[in-house]
Amino acid sequence: MATLFEGFTLCGLVQTSSASDSAIQGIELDGDSDHAVVTDSTRAVTLYKVSDQKPLGSWTVKQGQLLTCPAVFNFQTKEYVVVSDNKVIRVWKEEDLNLDKAFKATVSADVWRVHSAPGGELVVLFQRGAVRLLDSLLSAPQQPIEGILSEKEVIRWSTNIVAEKQHFVLFTTEQRGEHFLYVQRLNPNTLQKYRLEREDSGASPLSFSASLRDKHINLLYLYPNGCVYQSVVAVRGPVGLEGVQALPRSLRLRLPVGEGELGAASAVALDEAHVAVVGMPHPSARTGKDFLCIWNTNFQTLQAEILRIVWCYLGKLFVPHGKALSVIPYECQKSSLASALGKLRHPGIAVSKSSVAIPSWNTLLHGDQPQGPTKIVDTRKSVLTVVHLQPLQTGPVEEVRREVEALVSRGDAQDLQLSVGRLACQLVARSQVETAFYAPGALARLVQTQCLCHSMCPDLLLLALEHKDYFLCQLCLQLFPDIPEVVTCACLKTFIGNEVLQTPYSDNLLVPHLKDLNAPQVILFLQYLQFIYLKYSQDVYTQTPVLRSPTMTQIIDWVCLLLDAHFTVLVMAPDAKGLLSNLQSFVKSQVKLFSELGKIEGSLQELHKMKPSKDISQYSIEVIELF
Amino acid sequence: MGEFKVHRVRFFDYMPTAIRAMAFNAHTERLALGRMDGSVEIFNFADRYFQEKVIPGKDSRSIEALCWVGGRLFSAGLNGEITEYDLETLRPKYSLEAYGGPIWTITSNSQGAHLAIGCEDGTVKLFEVLEESIQFERNLDRQKGRIISLSWHPSGTQIAAGMMDMIRVFDVPTGRAVQRLLVDRGFGGSKSRETVVWSVVFLSDCTIISGDSAGKVQVWDGHTGTLVKTHLVTKWDVLALSVSKDESSVVVGTSEGTVIQFQFIAPTLQQQQDKEWVRTRTFKNHTHDVRALAEIETAIVSGGMDTQLVVRPLLEKFDERSHASALRKIQFPHRNLVFCAKKAGLLLFQFPGQLELWRLGESDGHGKPGDSLPLKRKPEKLLHLKRKGEDHICCSALSSCGGWLAYSTMSSVRLYRLQTDNNDISISKVPKLPKILRSAHQLCFSSDSSKLFAASSQSSVLVIALSQSECKYVHTLKPKSGSRQPIHLMTNSVDGKWLATANSDCEIHVYNVQKLKLHCIVPVYGSCPSAMGIHPTTNNLTMVHADQQIFEYSIVEKQYTDWSRKLQKQGLHNLWLDRDTPVTHVTFNPKNPEQILLHDMHMFCIIDQSLPLPDQKTQFYNQMTLRSLSEQERPSHLHAFKICKTFQDLLSVSLLDDQSLVMVERPLLAITCQLPAPVRQKKFAT
Repeated sequence: MATLFEGFTLCGLVQTSSASDSAIQGIELDGDSDHAVVTDSTRAVTLYKVSDQKPLGSWTVKQGQLLTCPAVFNFQTKEYVVVSDNKVIRVWKEEDLNLDKAFKATVSADVWRVHSAPGGELVVLFQRGAVRLLDSLLSAPQQPIEGILSEKEVIRWSTNIVAEKQHFVLFTTEQRGEHFLYVQRLNPNTLQKYRLEREDSGASPLSFSASLRDKHINLLYLYPNGCVYQSVVAVRGPVGLEGVQALPRSLRLRLPVGEGELGAASAVALDEAHVAVVGMPHPSARTGKDFLCIWNTNFQTLQAEILRIVWCYLGKLFVPHGKALSVIPYECQKSSLASALGKLRHPGIAVSKSSVAIPSWNTLLHGDQPQGPTKIVDTRKSVLTVVHLQPLQTGPVEEVRREVEALVSRGDAQDLQLSVGRLACQLVARSQVETAFYAPGALARLVQTQCLCHSMCPDLLLLALEHKDYFLCQLCLQLFPDIPEVVTCACLKTFIGNEVLQTPYSDNLLVPHLKDLNAPQVILFLQYLQFIYLKYSQDVYTQTPVLRSPTMTQIIDWVCLLLDAHFTVLVMAPDAKGLLSNLQSFVKSQVKLFSELGKIEGSLQELHKMKPSKDISQYSIEVIELF
Repeated sequence: MGEFKVHRVRFFDYMPTAIRAMAFNAHTERLALGRMDGSVEIFNFADRYFQEKVIPGKDSRSIEALCWVGGRLFSAGLNGEITEYDLETLRPKYSLEAYGGPIWTITSNSQGAHLAIGCEDGTVKLFEVLEESIQFERNLDRQKGRIISLSWHPSGTQIAAGMMDMIRVFDVPTGRAVQRLLVDRGFGGSKSRETVVWSVVFLSDCTIISGDSAGKVQVWDGHTGTLVKTHLVTKWDVLALSVSKDESSVVVGTSEGTVIQFQFIAPTLQQQQDKEWVRTRTFKNHTHDVRALAEIETAIVSGGMDTQLVVRPLLEKFDERSHASALRKIQFPHRNLVFCAKKAGLLLFQFPGQLELWRLGESDGHGKPGDSLPLKRKPEKLLHLKRKGEDHICCSALSSCGGWLAYSTMSSVRLYRLQTDNNDISISKVPKLPKILRSAHQLCFSSDSSKLFAASSQSSVLVIALSQSECKYVHTLKPKSGSRQPIHLMTNSVDGKWLATANSDCEIHVYNVQKLKLHCIVPVYGSCPSAMGIHPTTNNLTMVHADQQIFEYSIVEKQYTDWSRKLQKQGLHNLWLDRDTPVTHVTFNPKNPEQILLHDMHMFCIIDQSLPLPDQKTQFYNQMTLRSLSEQERPSHLHAFKICKTFQDLLSVSLLDDQSLVMVERPLLAITCQLPAPVRQKKFAT
């Protein structure tokens, strides 16, 4: 389970001319886990204490000079290294005040990046692909640097990895639309070149990220169409294989991008199951809005989400965001299916039942209007093209509803899944822009297709809450398997229903949000729970099962959770006293009942076992027939 | 096909004895199993767990532990003796008094050069393994208190010894005790009771793992003598430990009947380096103490007080489902303990200590299929014959006329003449048997009761002529192959001309008894024959092997029959091949020469050779379907294998001359009922 904690701003940023360019060149770790070295896009290097959001030191180069590579920290010598004007390498210590007085050396070729990693020496990667250890380079700065890359091949991204005393420099290049991965091993030096598979659209990867796992380097890269691919390179790979090898890839994640493409985005692997993605525009949001989400790739579920990434160190994400650099701590727990999906819907409530129940609700609320038109269009146009119909964008509510109805009834299952998600996102986005526009009928119809889930369109339920559309809320609660606990609680604050109790949840995630309820709300809710419990236990035998009613277990679970979250408050509240003592006496009676039942459990089991067994004697003469 | 009258017999009180020890020889893939009555069984794990050999027990012998050195098998027991077995003659080669009181354990070092035994008097004694025997070498430092369990360090320089309340580590070259590891006592009332370290294993990284009577599995650092981790796994005793060959897994057996696996793994995915012993799986296949355990390549083998041998496959070691990936429980011996006199309607039951002779009951009238017929006469126990001497009975035979009875122990053969007139029975021992007839692996009478065949050493067969006045040695039939293995199956033809024998080398010899010479050798098949029979009219030899293959060989023409070739070409049905108990009996229906009758523990089968063979798409178990079809529809659905599963836990099936079947069942439930009560386990709220 991944959780994003509340972020904070580390520092302000100077806005650059273009929106896609970041004002930050790079963020690197210092020896202290709480320090970050931030290099801005022009002249300054700043050292921050992250938890205090306090700068500890700042160094700038002279006017006219330009930092061309993010500053890095040398873990062995406790020095900082930066490159200015492509060729000048500067080395200084934290106590040095002036960067100009620090050691510098000019090398003979343009530097792309200096890379540092704990446990490894500093490595310099030149723009033409050559790699040198910093120490050996500084001992003879003017040594000739060979060119590895061919003409018009440019480095797009690079990183370094230290594994099992092996040091790797990885970089990707682009040449005439083709992308390559170079894996440079140091000591002994070997270079392996891989060709990345071309994406069908011919698009270039938006971002790369590499991590080491199980003696394999995992390369993660994101394309504008939302596909996140993973390729694996063995650490002890084939040595001495000449030429370019194809690099196989596997799709880890497909982000819902709508019909558009991601403008700028970046993906970082947090651990083997989680990927953080930042980008814009968000498919379900207005254009220009950006987002940060953590996806569980094993189960393809959205785990946490806020808006915007770039760097990830030791449980913190560093995200330049607007005019500020934000730091967002996160946590990824080991995931199991249960924790990824939360407590499952109670098995007693079959999906088929609820789908039977919905039309009757529909007629109840919307009078006796017939269930949408069911004519089948002969010319089987792909639903995807229909999505762009003009009325959805501008038409009035009633027209939208009709269009949606027609669309839903005609699409086949495969297409529906895709188009419904997009449609819902579009409608929600439109409602958010035009405050006057709200299409409850259309949205309800979309939810009823059961092709939608919370992850696909996270704003839908909140929108419904905002418009106090309880019918839609209830529908969502019934049909969405993945409603976050915080949203469940938000619903709880506005209305108490059967449906809320039945939504799936994880205990440990729900309790903190339950704490947001105030005492009167809690007492009311508890009273309600007690009421339905008593009602149930009174006529448990006579009652026929009611559709969408919570089960006994669900009621008890919620009572326990509420008491867990608010026990101290309730004990202090005078008006809760009667309620609590009622609950206590009820628990007492239950314990007594079960202990009595336990005593006769053995006998009951024996009764169960007593099947009429044929008495088989020691000897008999029987007749059998074989065919 | 028709109706059969079935004598359903459940009065054979066969009772297997508890399993006490086992040792697996990974090289030969043989498992040696020691039982409480001192018998040793050898199972071939490469051949569908076939019970290849049985060394009969002896009253004075006890087996506490078994140990392989190369292909040689040793045991030690509370009688204070070390015994080496001769696996060719199926008898102890020699026994050696160790002079240390009762011996609790025996184990060899990985080099196979030395044996160490743990004695009641507190000594660990080392024996050197010589070519033909073993020789006492020296004692390690004598300790106070008995030595219960031993384990050599793979290097052979150290031995860990489990004792009362402690574990000692000995340095072998000097004989000094170098470490003393104190084992805690149990909690509560058991605090005053000494803790018995039932089992230890010594791993190559000097980790010692112990299991004790306080229910603990403890991991120790053998270098420093410190306790690394305690796993409390049961309220009762941890009795047995076994480590896998790569030392990545240890299984323990408890008094509760559970087998618990520990694996040497990293507890989290992140820290792959920091491995520790983690309790991983629990298997519950036994109701009583698990006294003996072996972790082999792909399975955990366990046995104990509930007498069954369980092979629990480790499913992660298998890529696809096969007979080897299924749980195997071996409850019954893979040889006959029941002999039927077909003409006389008598049954002979063989126990280790006695023989019982029963006369079957009678009924009158006829009934519909499914009916039980009223009994006119109840079955009657005619004879209860106790063996003489300490040695247990290893084989017996009853002539088909019911006039002769013979049994053999390891040391002697006894032959009796039986006379029955109506209700009286008289038995007389035949005196003065030929001297050459000292013991036999198998016995059988010719169908006219004029000869007794006794399987002797090196696959030879003694032919003894019987008459009212005397019995006379005639000839020794010897195989040409020179095999030294014992014969485990022997059958002769009704016309008295042919005798077929099968030995553990999978060789089947056919002798001409009239000419007293070897007639032919059946081509050797890779799996051991588990049952065979000679057809009364065609003299075809039908063989069923441990891997469930069926062959039919014409003795006259010295070649496989056309039916057999057809069967091999088409292949047996997968459901037949997947059965997990071997066929232990083949017999024929003289009235209907097309029929072959077979059975294993779970089914009885009549193969009708006139019907088409089933292919893989055919419904194999089709009796229920056929029953539901009309007379007209039936013929198109018939196939050769007619299988009846009405009778379960079958020990024997035979066809009497009056066409009625005798099914001897021994319900497993009846065996379980006779076991001592298991350890008390608290069930919730009882």
